[in-house]
Amino acid sequence: MHLAYPAVLAALLFCTGLYGVLARRNAILVLMSVELMLNAVNLNLVAFDVWLRDALHSGQALTLFTIAIAAAEIGIGLAIVLAVYRNRGSSDIDRLRDTAETDEAETLPGDADADDATHGTADQATAPAGKAKKAEATA
Amino acid sequence: MLAATAGHPGFLSPTGVEIAFVLVGIVTLGAAFITVTTRQLVHAALWLVVALGGLAVEYLLLTAEFIAWVQVLIYVGSIVVLLLFGLMLTRAPIGHSPDADSGNRWIALGVAGASAIALVWVVVDAFRTTWIDLDGPAQGSTDATGAFLFRHWVLPFEALSVLLLAALVGAIVLSRKDREDKS
Repeated sequence: MHLAYPAVLAALLFCTGLYGVLARRNAILVLMSVELMLNAVNLNLVAFDVWLRDALHSGQALTLFTIAIAAAEIGIGLAIVLAVYRNRGSSDIDRLRDTAETDEAETLPGDADADDATHGTADQATAPAGKAKKAEATA
Repeated sequence: MLAATAGHPGFLSPTGVEIAFVLVGIVTLGAAFITVTTRQLVHAALWLVVALGGLAVEYLLLTAEFIAWVQVLIYVGSIVVLLLFGLMLTRAPIGHSPDADSGNRWIALGVAGASAIALVWVVVDAFRTTWIDLDGPAQGSTDATGAFLFRHWVLPFEALSVLLLAALVGAIVLSRKDREDKS
């Protein structure tokens, strides 16, 4: 098999994950995109390991370690996202702009007034983030 | 390295493994695209299953059997389930969500497109004539994996178990609800 096929597939998967990390708004979707990027790296490691016929099989061993570290990362990441959601009532990373828990810190700078008009009712439960939602989320 | 000096088969006469690899790769890439672009959050997690399962098939085609099954067990079996739990616990909307993408998605598209073009160009230019020899015994069978993992990689393996324990404790501490300092 040509080495170019897995290498190109890994590059394209990595860039897909890169787009997801930059463009997504929900923190859990960002975590999914990070998983795609890690998998692209794993595919590269396996392909180059099979090509080089390494006696130590460094590529496959590192792939197993990457998978385990990804599992740890997703556990910690989800715990952090859940803690943030419980404290702020939102997992929208565009609104988490400040370490302080104030209502001003959780509104976007551009659409402070357009927020209620456009996303008011049909939005996910995260839109009117603030103290009112926090009470509901912790209940 | 092995076959670069010898005449390598061209791209116009693909072997069966290559055809299967490219077809599964197209499915994987399409599922990954849908994962990062769909507006239904739960569908994104389910398309992620397709992408990760496709990658497991690619590992099988590259004769890394053990890693393929580890991929199915850990990624498809536990990580996607964890992500679905996370979506449910943060009350993600089940249906169509209008603002799944943030405002800078065009910048993100530009960055991803530019890096894709650069990476594919460099990779194709570097490995155009490189040939992977897949014949012989499988290099990633469970037998071979156990041998190299517990012969050469024992110490990192044990260190990794300590890291997993630390992650477990950290996740429990982070997600506990009733801490004393909050009252």
